[in-house]
Amino acid sequence: MKYEATIGLETHIMQKTNTKMFCSCKYEYGAEPNTHVCPVCLGYPGALPVLNEKAITLCCKAGLLLGCEINPYSKWDRKNYFYPDMSKNYQISQYDQPLCLGGQLEVEVEGEMKTFTLERIHQEENAAKNTHASGASLVDYNRAGTALMEIVSNPCMHSTADVMAYMTALKQIMQYGGISDCDQEKGQMRSDVNVSVRPVGQKELGSKVEIKNMNSFAFIMQAIEYEIDRQIEVLERGGKVDQETRGYDSDRGETFVQRTKEDAHDYRYFPEPDLMPVKISAEQIEVWRSELPELPSQRRVRYVSELGLPEYDAGVLTADKAVSDWFESAMQHTANAKAVSNFIMGEMMRLLAGSGISIADSKVTPEKLAEIVGMIDAKTISTSAGKQVFEIIFNEGGEPKAIVEQKGMAQVSDDSALEGWADAAIASNPKAVEEYKGGKPAAINSLMGLVMKASKGKANPGAVMQMLKQKLDG
Amino acid sequence: MAELHTLTIAELSEMLSSGACTSVELVKDLLAVIDARDEKVGAYLTIDREAAMEQAHAADEARAAGKSGVLLGIPVAIKDLLNVKGQPCTCSSKILEGYTAPYDATVITRLRDAGAVLLGRVNMDEFAMGSSTENAALGKTSNPWNLEHVPGGSSGGSAACVSADEAIASLGSDTGGSIRQPASFCGCVGVKPTYGRVSRYGLTAFASSLDQIGPITKTVKDSALLLEAICGLDKMDSSSVDMEVPAFSAALGSDTSLAGMKLGLPKEYFVDGMDPEVEKAVRDAVEHCRSLGAEIVDVSLPNAKYAIAVYYIIATAEASANLARFDGIRYGMRLDGKDPAELYGRTRAAGFGPEVKRRIILGTYVLSSGYYDAYYLKAQKVRTLIRNDFSDAFKQCDAILAPVTPTAAYRKGEKTDDPLKMYLDDILTTPVNLAGNCALSLPCGFSGAGLPIGLQIIGDAFREETILRVGYAYEQTTDWHTRKPEL
Repeated sequence: MKYEATIGLETHIMQKTNTKMFCSCKYEYGAEPNTHVCPVCLGYPGALPVLNEKAITLCCKAGLLLGCEINPYSKWDRKNYFYPDMSKNYQISQYDQPLCLGGQLEVEVEGEMKTFTLERIHQEENAAKNTHASGASLVDYNRAGTALMEIVSNPCMHSTADVMAYMTALKQIMQYGGISDCDQEKGQMRSDVNVSVRPVGQKELGSKVEIKNMNSFAFIMQAIEYEIDRQIEVLERGGKVDQETRGYDSDRGETFVQRTKEDAHDYRYFPEPDLMPVKISAEQIEVWRSELPELPSQRRVRYVSELGLPEYDAGVLTADKAVSDWFESAMQHTANAKAVSNFIMGEMMRLLAGSGISIADSKVTPEKLAEIVGMIDAKTISTSAGKQVFEIIFNEGGEPKAIVEQKGMAQVSDDSALEGWADAAIASNPKAVEEYKGGKPAAINSLMGLVMKASKGKANPGAVMQMLKQKLDG
Repeated sequence: MAELHTLTIAELSEMLSSGACTSVELVKDLLAVIDARDEKVGAYLTIDREAAMEQAHAADEARAAGKSGVLLGIPVAIKDLLNVKGQPCTCSSKILEGYTAPYDATVITRLRDAGAVLLGRVNMDEFAMGSSTENAALGKTSNPWNLEHVPGGSSGGSAACVSADEAIASLGSDTGGSIRQPASFCGCVGVKPTYGRVSRYGLTAFASSLDQIGPITKTVKDSALLLEAICGLDKMDSSSVDMEVPAFSAALGSDTSLAGMKLGLPKEYFVDGMDPEVEKAVRDAVEHCRSLGAEIVDVSLPNAKYAIAVYYIIATAEASANLARFDGIRYGMRLDGKDPAELYGRTRAAGFGPEVKRRIILGTYVLSSGYYDAYYLKAQKVRTLIRNDFSDAFKQCDAILAPVTPTAAYRKGEKTDDPLKMYLDDILTTPVNLAGNCALSLPCGFSGAGLPIGLQIIGDAFREETILRVGYAYEQTTDWHTRKPEL
């Protein structure tokens, strides 16, 4: 029998707010534990939540970027459960009236355009961080109460490729929109994945298994694959898949039961009496809409249509917002988009890989790359010299012009010098001359090589070629 | 020196400003009275004498330096559920023993700004759950009028200390009658302000949509003065309302005529089982108001009879979540366990008293999946009907007159075995909390046994001025408030 998997994601994204969701504590990743806390986020008696308006703005903008409808009236609810990561033992969340409704993501999956639909986006507060040490459990409330939004997809994906494309696009849009940095290592983007399997052709979905709280895309893929195989195996044996919550053990590469249906929490949601409902006017939504940044898909189109870049280049440049922003910045100083693109995709990516630094921190600034491109375009230096200058600056810093002068990299286009090298090359390699004249145009390349060698790479290749042809054809 | 502790805020404020007495003298006098009487009354849980004396000195120095203000140097007792930085805040519960508040409630900040002296922390039913202060885990409080009787609750300590002249005034909180009922039992004036008038920030929550902080004082004027200091918008409480705070004390007026005032009498408020002495005292008070020029009209609050059921669903539902934070992890009592669940279970089993547990269980039940619609949702709908009843009634009158409780203060232990009987005593006070409007309680007579009886004056939302004005006119033309218990 053939089976089909159905997958839905609940993705938690930590928003880029200055302060926490309901108090004025800051959030700083890696800070000394329990140093960014107050009576509100510690759940002290009598403390009350106050809404963070920036979080509301970011959540609604995320909704607009994802084509959601912004709910003109949304409210807050208490989700009750006891665990030391939740200081009040209830989480302030949104149950039946979230900020954003519906929405969709259009993404290319293996060459095919697909639309993945969203159910909702709601705003809530983050939990504290628990660490289990030997014989003790430690709680760091610095993260408690930070702004967290949950993007809930419909069960509309059917493969790990779908999920990968969805998550990649989601992350890109959140980064572009300034909603979140989505740094998974810092827990800024975590997903719960719902997986079910049914025989192809069956109408109703199979029993849903939820795999909780994963950061890494790679682990999410592994967990889904494992879970699909496991569920198919259960069905093949004639068994029934239990509706349950599972965790993923990345060391073993397996999912494991965390909570069965019988142990499922009754969260006893009820309206949060300490917070007023949020009312959002149509005017406010239009203001937010006008402030939305250009999305990667829009940038891609513009790079091709306005800057004349190949589709491939546009895709690579826009994949990461930081790279795309860097490219945009370089384009403020030069018109040669393809040259800048080549440098980014070639030298920059190669040198960044393994350097541990981000493009924004590179010693080669957009201005400096534009200057290098300008010198190549003006034939002051050769392309290969340009690459050397790039690498020197990347490693040691410095100014392009000064490096070219200091290293004597300026190209020689002076005819008398070129002529001397050309004549010497022709004289020393009669075989190549003969072959060229005998109808093998490629033979001219070995003469070219001799000139470049004699000039220590400084001869202007275009001018050399022209001169060699002139002499041989003439 | 006159017996300073017997005087009111208004009287003492004048003496302080004329130099007839100092705050230090006043606080010393009160501490001496507390030493002499509180063993019997049991109003106070803790008193930080040093801090009180320091604040009194500071108030006197500020006055010498030219500062003035009606509360400058006036000692106020604080119900033990309001956070005062550096002080315990036990809510009379074992689970909060050892907890020291790290911050000031907004009302405390406002009292400090006004120069009031925070005299001490007074007893209450555990987490404000109760009507007799018998549910207190950390103290026993008696009614100063008869030590065998309860002071009422949950703000029993707040009322008893004022009644016994162990404080000039106090702050309490009212979720279902917890200011008005003990004020009535102890012969004091108590005000439950409109929901949103006073910031709840720093008030340990029982039921967030019902709780409101208010004053318990010796006179209506003192309540007005204290309210002026504590009311007003606070950005730390999203339910606090951005409305101008009137000069309540100025609104009391200079004459005692109630001409032009329409006062409503709800027929549903003279319930079966009401003590005839209480009914007579209240009806006499109504006639007295008529004699002052008020027009008395009949009004109806047909859904008030559902208030107890609705109240005990909504209040316990909210409480079940509000009290979840007392888990032994971050502060207060902790009994360790092999895992968090066992730690929670042992801590909460030992830390909470029986009434608190009863209400947490009830609240958890009414929110449970499958029961939510039948209980919580239905209760919210009836709550709207009760609110509409008041809106309709206030189209016909300026304020409503009613009893506060069906009986005067009862004997200790009389109702402790029957929680339902105890809950039914809240029948006349809970509708106001559910509707969110304001009400006050003031003395209107005494029972044959010599226990005070209270009159409730209910106002529309944000019409505190009206009920204070009616109360003031009644008080100025009667002498019930001048009587003192013999201690």
